[in-house]
Amino acid sequence: MSNNTNEMLNIKNLHASIAGKEILKGIDLEVRQGEVHAIMGPNGSGKSTLSNVLVGHPAYTVTEGSVTFRGKNLLEMAPEDRSHEGLFLSFQYPVEIPGVSMVNFMRTAVNEQRAYKGLEPLSANEFLKLMREKRALVGLDSKLANRSVNEGFSGGEKKRNEIFQMAMLEPCLSILDETDSGLDIDALRIVAEGVNKLHTPDNSVIVITHYQRLLNYIHPDVVHVLYEGRIVKTAGPELALELEERGYDWLKE
Amino acid sequence: MSESNAFAKQLAEEKYKYGFTTDVDTDVFQRGLNEEVVRQISSRKGEPEWLLDFRLRAYRHWTTQTCPRWAHLKLPEIDYQAISYYAEPMSRKKGPQSLDEIDPEVMKTFDKLGIPLEERLALSGNTAVDAVMDSVSVKTTFKERLAEKGIIFCSISEAVREYPDLVRQYLGSVVSYRDNFFAALNSAVFSDGSFVYIPEGVRCPMELSTYFRINAAGTGQFERTLIVADKDSYVSYLEGCTAPMRDENQLHAAIVEIIVLDRAEVKYSTVQNWYPGDENGQGGVFNFVTKRGHCRGVNSKLSWTQVETGSAITWKYPSCVLSGENSVGEFYSVAVTNNYQQADTGTKMIHLGRNTRSTIISKGISAGHSSNAYRGLVRVGEKAEGARNYSQCDSLLLGDKCGAHTFPYMDIHNETAIVEHEASTSKISEEQIFYCNQRGIKTEDAIGLIVNGYAKEVLNKLPMEFAVEAQKLLSVSLEGSVG
Repeated sequence: MSNNTNEMLNIKNLHASIAGKEILKGIDLEVRQGEVHAIMGPNGSGKSTLSNVLVGHPAYTVTEGSVTFRGKNLLEMAPEDRSHEGLFLSFQYPVEIPGVSMVNFMRTAVNEQRAYKGLEPLSANEFLKLMREKRALVGLDSKLANRSVNEGFSGGEKKRNEIFQMAMLEPCLSILDETDSGLDIDALRIVAEGVNKLHTPDNSVIVITHYQRLLNYIHPDVVHVLYEGRIVKTAGPELALELEERGYDWLKE
Repeated sequence: MSESNAFAKQLAEEKYKYGFTTDVDTDVFQRGLNEEVVRQISSRKGEPEWLLDFRLRAYRHWTTQTCPRWAHLKLPEIDYQAISYYAEPMSRKKGPQSLDEIDPEVMKTFDKLGIPLEERLALSGNTAVDAVMDSVSVKTTFKERLAEKGIIFCSISEAVREYPDLVRQYLGSVVSYRDNFFAALNSAVFSDGSFVYIPEGVRCPMELSTYFRINAAGTGQFERTLIVADKDSYVSYLEGCTAPMRDENQLHAAIVEIIVLDRAEVKYSTVQNWYPGDENGQGGVFNFVTKRGHCRGVNSKLSWTQVETGSAITWKYPSCVLSGENSVGEFYSVAVTNNYQQADTGTKMIHLGRNTRSTIISKGISAGHSSNAYRGLVRVGEKAEGARNYSQCDSLLLGDKCGAHTFPYMDIHNETAIVEHEASTSKISEEQIFYCNQRGIKTEDAIGLIVNGYAKEVLNKLPMEFAVEAQKLLSVSLEGSVG
């Protein structure tokens, strides 16, 4: 409810489509401050659609329902304002932007967020100091920080770079979309450790994943199963283990 | 005008912030062109007989020529009799003048353009400016300080009066009036422009610049710049251009000639921001320019850097003739076209001397319904043993209604030459823009970041202050081109 002060995200009866095809068919989901939620489900169930709709990807159309983020109507906001309000998506496939250095990219992002909050831009020195701190926190190689955004990064480097950006922007709610895909076990552990370091009682995380293995490192408070555009089951962390064992078929009725 | 139209117009004006006009008494010639007009221009400027002869020969040659049609441009018919060939924004006295004699409206205009004519206000105190409005140079700053080193920096009209031998020796020696249709036209009717002479062994202590401003309606601007770098000298020269927003097209046909002697170096940078027309392709400047430098001396070097964002039509190929042994030519270009703009631009590198080297880096950016072509020629003459050229031509597309074209020509007559050409075409994807949006970066800023990243190699060649302006200009020129 909106009178609940520690409510982070409240999704009600959300329907969304892409190219005229309905993918989300009535999602209800509530996330409170400090909570970690996992959204699991078979391929094609609408997991990535949900994360894309939340961050305002223009290819998707919301046809019904509402989303409240920290008490504000999320669906009315431009994608950049959703970011400024504290919503972050770690992309499943981070895009490469040749010619744009990580430094320039992050400086623009950080300063636009500061401008939105009515703060002065950081000086070059302050900014570089912040970069160094956050890089150390998530273990991002300084070489990567000097390259163009994601250009020529390996799969693991791209995911680590996503977590680095999350550290820089200090979001209230982070959505990790299949962050484990394409990672070997060492890379997975490093990325998960980064996420855990950034998690505080004030911010929340939604982990979207196909497999349980990421949840060995990032421990959810609540686990949801998404199937055919609806959340068909919600339970505690034990649900993830059960899914690992039994698969998804038993939930498909 | 409906309210929404008014709003759209206001927005358009914000995008082209140089689109204002100056209310100043202007002495404008009757429209039309004939021998009498050429004579009038010459007599108005009090020119010697040899220069009138030069103009008349050029005019007679021009009447035998037709407008070139080989460029990848849709060229409307231009009615040369509908243009006025001379516009002088104030009555002014001959000879040296103080700031007090300049019309305050003209002073204000240049202030508004960020080009203060008072030396104490100059950008970082290290740029001398020749300010040209319509057909005349209104003020050249720092002349005295430069004169202490023997450097001549003045309007070409003044140079004709004060240094006739130098002008006569070099004028038309790189770009003959027979070179092309627009060169013939310019040679017949050129009004003002800048003259630079750097004496032997002198390194020019400040950036020299010319700021061209078209103000009067129904006129063309035909300026002429002549730069001579004597042995062992160095100069960095900047050129900027703007014009008011008008619904009619305005013609700009300029010539720049550069002579580089033994071991001298000239860097010539342009930020061209003539009014590009509105979002429907109405109005804008037709920019037909012949720029060429001649590296006559051994180990001489000429470097062209251009950022072309303005004009409805751009037809421009700053070139280097490399006849001195070991001479070097460079061409770095960013050309942006948006809405209905058309550009056909590039360079010619003519290798005549031994071990001459040239580099071409061209970055085209097209958006809207625009058309952007790179056209370049690398010629290696029979005697150019060991000549080398490297060319890189990249195109970046925004949206799917614009066009990018590359026309590289090679004409190699010496088998020891090494000529390389690379080309690429890329697109700004919606996924790249959205990725930036998700990180809190607005679409316009995202395009700015990506475009400036793409053009970095060229922008880095510009003098510092120019580079900052050019970066902003790239973003502004592409506003509204995505989404």
